[in-house]
Amino acid sequence: MALASLRGTRHLLWAGVHGMSADTERTSERSSLPDSQPVIEFRHAGYKLPNGRVLLHDLNLVVQRGETLVLLGRSGAGKSTALKLINRMLEPGEGAVLVEGRSTLERDPIELRRRIGYVIQEVGLFPHFTVEQNISLVPRLEHWPEERIRARVAELLQLVSLDQQEFLRRYPHQLSGGQRQRVGVARALAADPPILLMDEPFGALDPLTRAEVQCEFQELQRRLQKTIVIVTHHVAEALLLGDRIGVIDAGALVGLYTPKDFMGATEPVTAAYTANARMFEKLEGPG
Amino acid sequence: MNLLEYFARHHREILQATLEHVWLVGIAMLLAVAVGVPLGVLVARRPWLSKPILGGANIAETIPSLALFGFLLPVPWLGDRADRLAIAALALYALLPIIRNTAAGISGVDAAIRDAARGMGMTDRQILLQVELPLSFSTMLAGIRVATVLTVGIATIAAAVGAGGLGEFIFRGLAMVNNQLILAGAIPAALLALVADFLLGVCERRWQPARS
Repeated sequence: MALASLRGTRHLLWAGVHGMSADTERTSERSSLPDSQPVIEFRHAGYKLPNGRVLLHDLNLVVQRGETLVLLGRSGAGKSTALKLINRMLEPGEGAVLVEGRSTLERDPIELRRRIGYVIQEVGLFPHFTVEQNISLVPRLEHWPEERIRARVAELLQLVSLDQQEFLRRYPHQLSGGQRQRVGVARALAADPPILLMDEPFGALDPLTRAEVQCEFQELQRRLQKTIVIVTHHVAEALLLGDRIGVIDAGALVGLYTPKDFMGATEPVTAAYTANARMFEKLEGPG
Repeated sequence: MNLLEYFARHHREILQATLEHVWLVGIAMLLAVAVGVPLGVLVARRPWLSKPILGGANIAETIPSLALFGFLLPVPWLGDRADRLAIAALALYALLPIIRNTAAGISGVDAAIRDAARGMGMTDRQILLQVELPLSFSTMLAGIRVATVLTVGIATIAAAVGAGGLGEFIFRGLAMVNNQLILAGAIPAALLALVADFLLGVCERRWQPARS
């Protein structure tokens, strides 16, 4: 934790002195959003499997620009389905999902996905690509000039606290879980997408690394001002990273809270989560 | 001693037959890879095609090789030239391991990796060429290796339809009840199979994808 916050401080200093590119020039006032505008919008969106099983039903939800929304729920509750509706990896069977004001069905899925960063649990780094190749994947698909790619990769490695000389040529299997995770985030941010989707992004990490990477990510989030949707089943993660927390159970949104309201919620599924969170608080003891 | 003398005296013919043999196997393998890899991709992509495609290749595999050469004889263009016929038959034999391993390699690519590739906006073609094929390359090579060794052996039978190769010595030896003659065909054929196995094995290890 101490290490993580140190890193965060270093970042802030570094960014303050040099002023990074597009990413960091935005202000870090995340709570005040006067020009708040919906970036992602679910309108009665639903999805069911070809065999008729309903995975998600009548979801109504708006994610504002620069906001971090956490979808909390157990495995199979439909959170990942909701996420995949945003980048059109799945198409809604009912209702619609709007990204930047337009239905995903009206947009070319390839072009849409390249504007949306995507991080998944096992990170999904390509094992036959080096760190450099993994991070530069989307810029290369978009035919950026070589020089711009090199500069961007260097910038991103700096952003996620990985030493360029040391990591550029490594393969994913030569990295620790936390390092892989950071590379995964760097890869998702490569083409500077306005939206970031994260499916259990820290799920495969041990608790200490997880806490460290979460803190780093929180720092990153404050500076980047992306619109982020995170899927998780960890209450602590939801409370730490979310501006708002949506609780999903059995394919339906059962509650939507700010982290503050969340702990006082009376809705049964949410209350079960808060009870669980309090149990851990007790274990940690007073102070 | 007799055998060595025989080899020494007939080294020109043996070399000639070996080159013919390599040529038959080489062209047949190129054909089999060119047809088998796309079919393997198809099997991996469209599971409902796996039964007819693998089934068909399986049937080709079960036909006794001598009979297969015979079956292909009346086929118009193929039957015109013995080497053409032999190459087609050999390629048919090589097909099954190549299709099966290509399909297995591609299906074996981690779902998370494919998911990430799709989520980042790679097209199906890009996923196939940049992710799935490179990651299944060593599995594919293993199939090609099995097929090559198999084909080197079966190619000796090509001599029965007059396509040449090391089988010439074996058939002549059988007819004349001359063991030296049989060995003059069998030993180079066995060595050829071993060399092919070794070289492809080296490639296979060289391109083993890094495991996490």
